[in-house]
Amino acid sequence: MTAVDALLLALGAVAVGSALLVVATRHLVRAGLYLVVCLGAVAGMYLVLAAELVAWVQVLIYVGAVVVLLLFAVMLTRAPIGASDDLDRPGWPATLIGGGTGLGLAALLIDAYRWTTVQVPEAGTAERLGAQVFGSWVLPFEVLSVLLLSALVGAIVLSRPDIGTTRPARSSTGDGDEVPGERGRSR
Amino acid sequence: MPLWLELVVRIGGVLAAFLVLPLLVGQAEHKVMAHMQGRLGPMYAGGFHGWAQLIADGVKFVQKEDVTPRAADRPVFRLAPAVALMPYLLALLVIPLGPNDLVGQPLDIGLFFVLAVVGVGVLAVLMSAWASANKYSLLGGLRGAAQLLGYELPLVLAAASVAMAAGTLSLSGIVEAWQPWWLLWQAPAMVIFFVAGLAEIRRPPFDMPVADSELVFGYLTEYTGLRFAFLLLAEYVGIVVIAALTTVLFLGGWQGPFADAQLGWLWTLLKVAAVSFVIIWLRVSFPRLREDQLQRLCWLVLVPAALAQLVLTTAVRLAL
Repeated sequence: MTAVDALLLALGAVAVGSALLVVATRHLVRAGLYLVVCLGAVAGMYLVLAAELVAWVQVLIYVGAVVVLLLFAVMLTRAPIGASDDLDRPGWPATLIGGGTGLGLAALLIDAYRWTTVQVPEAGTAERLGAQVFGSWVLPFEVLSVLLLSALVGAIVLSRPDIGTTRPARSSTGDGDEVPGERGRSR
Repeated sequence: MPLWLELVVRIGGVLAAFLVLPLLVGQAEHKVMAHMQGRLGPMYAGGFHGWAQLIADGVKFVQKEDVTPRAADRPVFRLAPAVALMPYLLALLVIPLGPNDLVGQPLDIGLFFVLAVVGVGVLAVLMSAWASANKYSLLGGLRGAAQLLGYELPLVLAAASVAMAAGTLSLSGIVEAWQPWWLLWQAPAMVIFFVAGLAEIRRPPFDMPVADSELVFGYLTEYTGLRFAFLLLAEYVGIVVIAALTTVLFLGGWQGPFADAQLGWLWTLLKVAAVSFVIIWLRVSFPRLREDQLQRLCWLVLVPAALAQLVLTTAVRLAL
């Protein structure tokens, strides 16, 4: 076993352990923080496998933005300090589905690869990744960008119900001013 | 030089910069602010013009009691200052000081690395804010997170513009490709990057998250002693990192009037000092932006301007 193998195993253990803590902990915000550890460990695995750019994209997007948005939303609504026992649902269906999927995937992968060793491919530099994405994968890339754009537009439309509804007629006194409370009512 | 020795020297150099430069910036802030406001600033500690003031402050912070509020989430509360410091330490690792690999760790995608790790800093804000179990802290933290998430966009776009101009993501490569006329070509990107960077480190006029007149001290309210000192240190390392990045990306890094190969480190340090001075200057000159003004500036001014700069950069690159 080489140092790379050992590192990969250790990072995998950290990722799986913290992922278990994410779903097992009763502390809402701490679950989000464990998710940070989990995603960071996955980034570390990318790094060990020489996919440098993907690793830092993972840190920038998932640790720096997605989890932060998640924590932000939790803190805006309800984020008690300490365990919140009232939030827990019966765990067994989730355990069944999650455990079953995990075991099934593990069995599939182990059966597929057995003990074949795979060479680590050449380093995933920004140059190589760019050439791939804008060469052979340019169509999926563009389709994905359209998907993201439509999601953005959809989010704006959903969060603003005043779009598309006809505005109520303005009162004659308020020249250009909004009627007090109008905004609140239309939402 | 054997590998381990080189490694020790490099890491030692970065650590020294990490510990010394923020202190210099802090002392400069004391004195510059004081003189701009018609005061003298610290005059006694150490004898000569109060040069040891920050060391005395450090000793004071160490002596103070380390209080964790009873209602706080202890592990998260205690971990937050370390999370606040770590990104800036990692960022300093890849910022080049001079030519010929005078850098902690040369990295092909250095620019991307810096932006990725600096983006993690927002986690520390949320952690310290929520774990304090204090509504002022939480409000400050939410303001801070909204601000950091928003301003990361123009920051990344402005950095992308200069990376496109240089055709590389390596910080050393960008400095090598830099030419004086870029000062004009990349001027909007430089202003956007600097302003967004200022907001990223929550310096005045973007210090709404710690607005002392309404939120006591935002997410720093409950911190005392050494942990508070660490969070303050993170702010000053942040100044150094943002000043160094502005220098490397937009001001030509080690390129100076003469002897770049020998005196490159001096030019870099002088430029970093000049940009840090401007950051301090802005603190004295501008009143704090209100929360809505702050978001408006980001989304309605900086982001469109950064996109326009990207178009300009592309056009000039294609024309050349």
